Amino acid sequence: MEKEARKAPGLLGQAWLILLLAAFFGSSLAGVEIALKPRIERNKRNETFGQIPFLVPGGSSQKSVETRMGGIRVIRVLSDKGDHLGWVLPASGQGFADRIELLVGLDRKAERITGLYVLDQKETPGLGSHIQDKDGFLRGFEGQPADKSLRVVKGRPAPHSGGIRAITGATISSLSVCNIVNRAVRDFRKALAGSEGKD
Amino acid sequence: MVDSGPTALERFINGILPENPTYRQLLGMCPTLAVTNGLKPALTMAGATAFVLICANFITSLIRNALKPHLRILVFTLTIATFVTIADRFLQAFMPAMSKVLGPYVPLIIVNCIIIARCEVCASKQPVGTALADALGCSLGFALGLASIASVREILGTGCLLGARVLPEAWPNWGIMVLPPGAFLTLGLLLGLVEWAGAARKKAGGNQG
Repeated sequence: MEKEARKAPGLLGQAWLILLLAAFFGSSLAGVEIALKPRIERNKRNETFGQIPFLVPGGSSQKSVETRMGGIRVIRVLSDKGDHLGWVLPASGQGFADRIELLVGLDRKAERITGLYVLDQKETPGLGSHIQDKDGFLRGFEGQPADKSLRVVKGRPAPHSGGIRAITGATISSLSVCNIVNRAVRDFRKALAGSEGKD
Repeated sequence: MVDSGPTALERFINGILPENPTYRQLLGMCPTLAVTNGLKPALTMAGATAFVLICANFITSLIRNALKPHLRILVFTLTIATFVTIADRFLQAFMPAMSKVLGPYVPLIIVNCIIIARCEVCASKQPVGTALADALGCSLGFALGLASIASVREILGTGCLLGARVLPEAWPNWGIMVLPPGAFLTLGLLLGLVEWAGAARKKAGGNQG
């Protein structure tokens, strides 16, 4: 008996505080998320529409409309006069550290990528974070063909050949962005072809 | 439980200058170097860190008697991570542009040694009042550290402070000051200055006594 009483407390005896705190913190975080999520989503939407003129040249932030095509969320980019110029495709996927959220600009027939923007990322500062360099890594996507998969290459690729120059020290981040773009563009092209077939 | 540590006032004052997190303890160097290229991001970072530090110290001190010694670091990390997530989501909701500028450095507050050090040194051993005074003092000390480095970098690098011009138009902006090397240069020089001033004061005190 004495021996048993002296034994270290069981699992619950040791961990009750952590379990209690985890439940309390978890529900607090859920509350914060419920309260703030609509606002965060609205900020993201505003940022997305603000980027339209840079993603599809000539596109209007005011005139463009959000729509769904084959279950895929996409923005139909219109000019000030209402001409259909292209598409902005929100895409996301796993990066090196956390999810990467991208906006892919496409021309009207989704044959070429017209621009790329990083909406959210938490890659390693100074290495993977270079995926958001507008004059470096992202520039490499402009004008690339959308009908074939892009691939990460070492060194300088031939222009518009489907090759994207990798960021030194951030191979996984570079690959992740390429894969997210490839998958999103492929799915969207399929949906677009399907909807044109129906028309 | 007898509280034998420093009093609340001592903790508060120690955190600001005598045990300044940046210049005396050299803690939290990652944000010190990374987000001090402008005063505004530096102050936002200081504010977010202060929020997390104060909340973490408060909770830790409240539960200090129930803490199991071998599980304490886990409890600290859990507490800190919760408040960092709240701070991060708050910035994303109400200051989206600043949240983008600070990027991953806000989630990285979780691994900021200042906070875990305060939980370990003070909050897990002392009552709530003392823990709050300690958190407040350290937060002010950290804000002072970040703001001093950021002010020097922004003024020399852009000629402005918080967007307002402070140096004449003719000032050739020292571009290097807002780039990463500027952070190391400024930190090194200010650290030297603080050490030199401390040594000079000690000498003067020694001569008198």
